[in-house]
Amino acid sequence: MTDALHIISPGSSTTVQDMGRFAAYHMGVPVSGSLDDFAHRIANWLVGNSSQCAVLEMSMIGAQFDILCPADMSVTGADMRLHVNGQPHPQWTSIRVHPGDVVELGMAENGCRAYVAITGGINVPVVMGSRSTYLGGRVGGLAGRALLAGDILPRGEGQVRDNPRSLPWIPLYPDKIFIRAIAGPHDDWFRNSLDQFFSSGFTVTAQSNRMGYRLVGPEIRRDPDAPQSIISEPVMPGNVQIPADGQPIILLKEQTIGGYTNIATVISPDIFRIAQARPDDTVQFLRVELDEAHRIYREWREFLKSIESLLMDGFSG
Amino acid sequence: MTKNLHGHARFKISGDRSILAVYGTGVDQAVNDRVRRMATLIGNQKVIGIDAVVPSYCTLSVHYDPLKIGFDVLKNMLLELESRLNQADIPEPRTIDIPVCYGQDFGPDIEFVAHHNRIGVDAVIQMHTGSAYHIYAIGFAPGFCYLGGLNPRLHAPRLETPRVLVPAGSVGIAGAQTGVYPQASPGGWRLIGRTPLRLFDPERLHPITYQAGDTIRFRSISVNEFDDLGRIETP
Repeated sequence: MTDALHIISPGSSTTVQDMGRFAAYHMGVPVSGSLDDFAHRIANWLVGNSSQCAVLEMSMIGAQFDILCPADMSVTGADMRLHVNGQPHPQWTSIRVHPGDVVELGMAENGCRAYVAITGGINVPVVMGSRSTYLGGRVGGLAGRALLAGDILPRGEGQVRDNPRSLPWIPLYPDKIFIRAIAGPHDDWFRNSLDQFFSSGFTVTAQSNRMGYRLVGPEIRRDPDAPQSIISEPVMPGNVQIPADGQPIILLKEQTIGGYTNIATVISPDIFRIAQARPDDTVQFLRVELDEAHRIYREWREFLKSIESLLMDGFSG
Repeated sequence: MTKNLHGHARFKISGDRSILAVYGTGVDQAVNDRVRRMATLIGNQKVIGIDAVVPSYCTLSVHYDPLKIGFDVLKNMLLELESRLNQADIPEPRTIDIPVCYGQDFGPDIEFVAHHNRIGVDAVIQMHTGSAYHIYAIGFAPGFCYLGGLNPRLHAPRLETPRVLVPAGSVGIAGAQTGVYPQASPGGWRLIGRTPLRLFDPERLHPITYQAGDTIRFRSISVNEFDDLGRIETP
């Protein structure tokens, strides 16, 4: 284990995340993990890591840090105007860094969350099967919290690559996003408002975080015979809750059960689009049925596999 | 052998990665026991493509990978398992003993709860330790139990202004519910005592030592016992 990064300034909320903690829901411990799992994967593959490696997730304002050991580094996700030693540098590409280098990320110019991967992955202890930080429960990551100035993060074993890699395009995050969702699990109680839900635009509010995104828009009313609230049921990332005020909340990765009715559920390949949405962006839900959602899922996984072989090709280790 | 109380489960789609199985309605211990037994049975099958099983009051969620298992296959498998639920060898729920030091600094609201119900502090302790509490669900916070079975004579309203910090292990009452805060957190429950046991510790092999469907009993201990037990790891 080698010390890899020294945090000079942590940004607004920077956490260690991997792909999540999948087997602890029944203990009240949610999945956590990188909200944008697409940018997470690309960041790792660019430096030759498995997609399971832990990265840093930064929200809206990026961190500033010193490099403590030779490594490859990549920054993906939101455009945070990456600078290395004061020089601007493109994201979505691998960069060789050396001890003494200073890396700076600024305010997100496009998108909301940036991901920093380093050779070998961020090596904090595995807690309940994952290195991900669950902020609400103070589990995992570095002492269960967001990073602070002065923190030092080690990296795992891994070899630097012979030549740099890049994703052949730079993903952009539009300020009007379309996300596909399946009606339910409680669509039975929204028979009169389901069409309205799937045809309206909603605005992202500042009350949005790793637990969920609060939206505002036309009031989505439950049917008159529907209950006000339900007895707590298990929830999934992507569930769209309709609380009493009729304003949707898209649940993300820090909740296991909940007592509100869910009108629809965002399909898993589209969750990263929400993760990159910023306050005042517009969200519109597009209805898909389960069969189509599974077809999209299979195509998405094929797409990811093709990028993985592109970026990992010729690298062993 | 138990009867099939409610016919077979109804299934709801909760996104592209999970199926929600509904085994009944309401806060019902028989339904909840069915959920617990199903969750155990599904977990024991170690089916490829099932990533997690999450039980709650009357529903359970099965997380799956659509690349590995189809929705209809999964649904039929759940129905098939349910049909042999009554024959399945599933351990009975356990009873977990939780020692609590009532009152004093540990339970600053015990007088309020007593006064509110027009009983004495001793009666609060007696009634709170006199019931068996069924764990209907675990969630909201790591290891937090939604318990049933609070004596109606102990019901008490929440604080008007929640405390900024409630210490880990605090035992409280909110309306008709009682529960323990496994971790320090802000909270509005009326605090009547505290357990020295660490109910949730992510560093342990078993971060919690109970599961949904088990029974909790509280036991009154002295301040000295509190200090001694504080050195023991788990309930």
